[in-house]
Amino acid sequence: MSAWMWIVVYLVVIAALGWVFRFAGQQATGNKPFFRDMPYGVAFGYILGVAVLGWIIWTYIYARTSDDPTVIAKYFFFRVAVEWFILFTIAAYLFRLLGRYAGTRVTRKLFRSMPLTAAFGILTIIVYAIFAVFAQWIAPHGQEQIFAQANIIAGGDPALGGNPDFPLGTDQIGRDILSRLIYGAQNTVGIAFITTLLAFLLGGSLGFLAATLGGWLDQLLSRAVDVLMAIPSLIFALLLMTIASVWASTLGVPLTIFMVLIIAVIDSTRVFRLARAVGSNIVVMDYIEAAKLRGEGLTYLIFREILPNATAPLLAEFGLRFCFVFLTIASLSFLGVGIQPPLADWGTMVRDLSAFINYASFAPQAASTPLLAAGAIALLTIAVNFVVDWMLHKSSGLKE
Amino acid sequence: MSDLLEIKDLWIEGRSDEVWNPIINGASLSLKKGEVLGLIGESGAGKSTLGLAAMGFTRDGVRISSGSVVFDGIDLINASAAEKRDLLGKRIAYVAQSAAASFNPAHKLIDQHTEAPVQHHVSSRSDSVEDGIELYRRLRLPNPEEIGFRYPHQVSGGQLQRAMTAMAMSCRPDLIIFDEPTTALDVTTQIEVLASIRDIVEQFDTAAIYITHDLAVVAQMADRIKVLLKGDEVEESDTREMLTSPKEEYTKSLWAVRSFERPAKAKVPGDAVPIVRVKNVTAAYGKVVVLHDISFDIHAGRTVAVVGESGSGKSTAARCITGLLPPSEGVIEFEGEPMPLDYRKRTKMQLRQAQMIYQMADTALNPRKSIGEIIGRPIEFYMGLRGAKKRERVRELLNEIELEPDQYIDRLPSELSGGQKQRIGIARALAAEPKFIICDEVTSALDQLVAEGILRLLARLQDTLGLSYMFITHDLATVRAISDEVVVMKDGRVVEQGSKVEMFKPPHHPYTDLLLSSVPEMDPDWLTNLLAERGVDNIGDAAVDKM
Repeated sequence: MSAWMWIVVYLVVIAALGWVFRFAGQQATGNKPFFRDMPYGVAFGYILGVAVLGWIIWTYIYARTSDDPTVIAKYFFFRVAVEWFILFTIAAYLFRLLGRYAGTRVTRKLFRSMPLTAAFGILTIIVYAIFAVFAQWIAPHGQEQIFAQANIIAGGDPALGGNPDFPLGTDQIGRDILSRLIYGAQNTVGIAFITTLLAFLLGGSLGFLAATLGGWLDQLLSRAVDVLMAIPSLIFALLLMTIASVWASTLGVPLTIFMVLIIAVIDSTRVFRLARAVGSNIVVMDYIEAAKLRGEGLTYLIFREILPNATAPLLAEFGLRFCFVFLTIASLSFLGVGIQPPLADWGTMVRDLSAFINYASFAPQAASTPLLAAGAIALLTIAVNFVVDWMLHKSSGLKE
Repeated sequence: MSDLLEIKDLWIEGRSDEVWNPIINGASLSLKKGEVLGLIGESGAGKSTLGLAAMGFTRDGVRISSGSVVFDGIDLINASAAEKRDLLGKRIAYVAQSAAASFNPAHKLIDQHTEAPVQHHVSSRSDSVEDGIELYRRLRLPNPEEIGFRYPHQVSGGQLQRAMTAMAMSCRPDLIIFDEPTTALDVTTQIEVLASIRDIVEQFDTAAIYITHDLAVVAQMADRIKVLLKGDEVEESDTREMLTSPKEEYTKSLWAVRSFERPAKAKVPGDAVPIVRVKNVTAAYGKVVVLHDISFDIHAGRTVAVVGESGSGKSTAARCITGLLPPSEGVIEFEGEPMPLDYRKRTKMQLRQAQMIYQMADTALNPRKSIGEIIGRPIEFYMGLRGAKKRERVRELLNEIELEPDQYIDRLPSELSGGQKQRIGIARALAAEPKFIICDEVTSALDQLVAEGILRLLARLQDTLGLSYMFITHDLATVRAISDEVVVMKDGRVVEQGSKVEMFKPPHHPYTDLLLSSVPEMDPDWLTNLLAERGVDNIGDAAVDKM
């Protein structure tokens, strides 16, 4: 039978089981509202969830217990994903537990109502921040240091071509990947953070200004932003970077500074839109009118009356924007115009090692080298988004 | 079982800060077919929660902890979702406070009207369209044949409220729950809606629960009245009995609120220079002229009430005085000196002299600032006081508005009740030490007892500080309570003005007369008599047209 037939058979079985599950639940609990008012789609979802979970557990056990090297290779990444998922969940759980019993009264209260995803996000961000700040002391080797042994496979197992001195292996010219990953946190994340901060300073203040003053200034700024936003941002950034690289060499200014400025300006357009929208909702409030009639100046209005009321959406946007800036930098580096070698950068690392992905089907350890840097990017993006989701949820609940 | 609805010992809890707090403590009520029960109480008394529970429904984060709700032999608390779906909309209907927020703005009225009958298989779409038009006619909506084919934003608030009542009637339910259906309306519109609701409930012999905080309104509508206070039942009896001989202290205090009245002060001599003089002011938003050549004076230590329906230009007049909307023609004088028309051109001193208190204290206080900061800012800004001196002055002001300084100075506005927030608004205005304060509907968002407290406070402050007030309101009871002089406005024009005594004594301008006679009175026969007087067919609209 073809794969499609099997999918249909599975779905029919799950559909039938869903109905049975609901019916049995109704009978067993004496028609409790939970089962009585359960729509069929929800019952189907429960069974589907159980089926998927069962498949994951079965596959994992099968892969773990198998001796066949092709099976091990086939399910290598699946195994890693499941193991890391469990590991991260436990780490997040322990971290939340710690937060609930240590720290000030305020943070303890915060941790008590925190979902596991947010705890995971905060933990990850803290770990990244520590790596970024203390990279010099944590990294076993320098980021530019070249060793004689090139192309060592990750895992540190000599039988597979690894070396315990380089737990994550070395790249084609013999640089330690672990050290470069740690320095990458400093370069990529640090630059992304500065860029996002700049974008917010620029977009935020102009957005509030447009919202407060309105009139022709608002029109001028908004239309200018429209023009900038009409151009696809990555292509626009690439174009500007190409121009800037000429200036950088003639002026003797590092290209990275141009990159920070260019991405900050392009991303500030999104911040401008948000700040203007949030600001114009606040500006119509009576307390702003009261402050205007008191004779307050523009600075007081923006920073003392409007800004405190706009922090929640701006903070959430900061998290998201940080991810996008970070991805843009990685993309530009991948394309060769971003952070310049020999500085370690995750985007560049993915590009340099990308050829190894071809080994994925028979030598998964070798293929994992480019995925390490990609995974570092993905992990941080997910972590920041979890925290942002949680903050948005908190601020929309409007519970102080 | 003879009763249509029977609620027995119902306890409802709401979740806040991870604790379940009681909202309704053991309420019981029963309702026969065709009977109207009035539920009254202050905000937070649990009226709406009880009304919704009568449909077996609770809002999110609210649960029924014990008790029973039985509708026509069906236990609504334990009924399945399917059973409830069958009842709601068909046999039990709900009319919400704000029709404007409850209609879907993307669909025509008639499409929303026919939804329930078609869903419940009561009638076909074409039949229910016809029935809808008939209901619109009975509810005295203008152009009943066409009005259903408009979108919600194309009809007025009062009409929308009646369309919503028609929608509730579409399946001819046995029970309708009205949740403050006229609270957001002007007095003149309120009459129309009240009369049509009462008629239609009588015609179809529908039972109803009428939730409101306005006693005079409930007196017109209900056969019986139940008074709630903080989730507890205070008392219940027939309307007439309740009005003539309330038993409990709390009920009596509710009844007494409307009695607050301050004698009008003596007339100012003709040659006195008024604090504020509005002279021949015409103002427009873009090309739409909203104020036509209005003039009035506000003298030192006096209160001028500006009365009119919404859209009459009361608030626009205030915006002209404060300079937010510079008039296109005319002069604003302050103590005999003409003031710059745009507030941006006024000096700090000029801005300080005229302060404003807003209708919605929620939006008038910055939610992220503490009470001390809110009141302290004008002190710092105008008087230049800082640190301990500023704090001392804030404490003085908090004492002035009868709030304990230690307890309130570091709180955020969200930690205060509606009445307390309004007091903070007053303190902020006082902090500037003005001569003149504009009060824009300051009591209309408050419960009657709380509103009375605010009015008394304002009156006392006027006596001790010699303030002048411009008091914008649509509530004539408030006018009677606090004003010295009255300005009646309609469609951006001053219709009539004079001292309070003159204004409340006939003869009136026809519009003033309409306004005065539309204020509900506690007499349960008031609406019936008034309709008879005006002729049942030409309530409201027609009376206005005659002018």
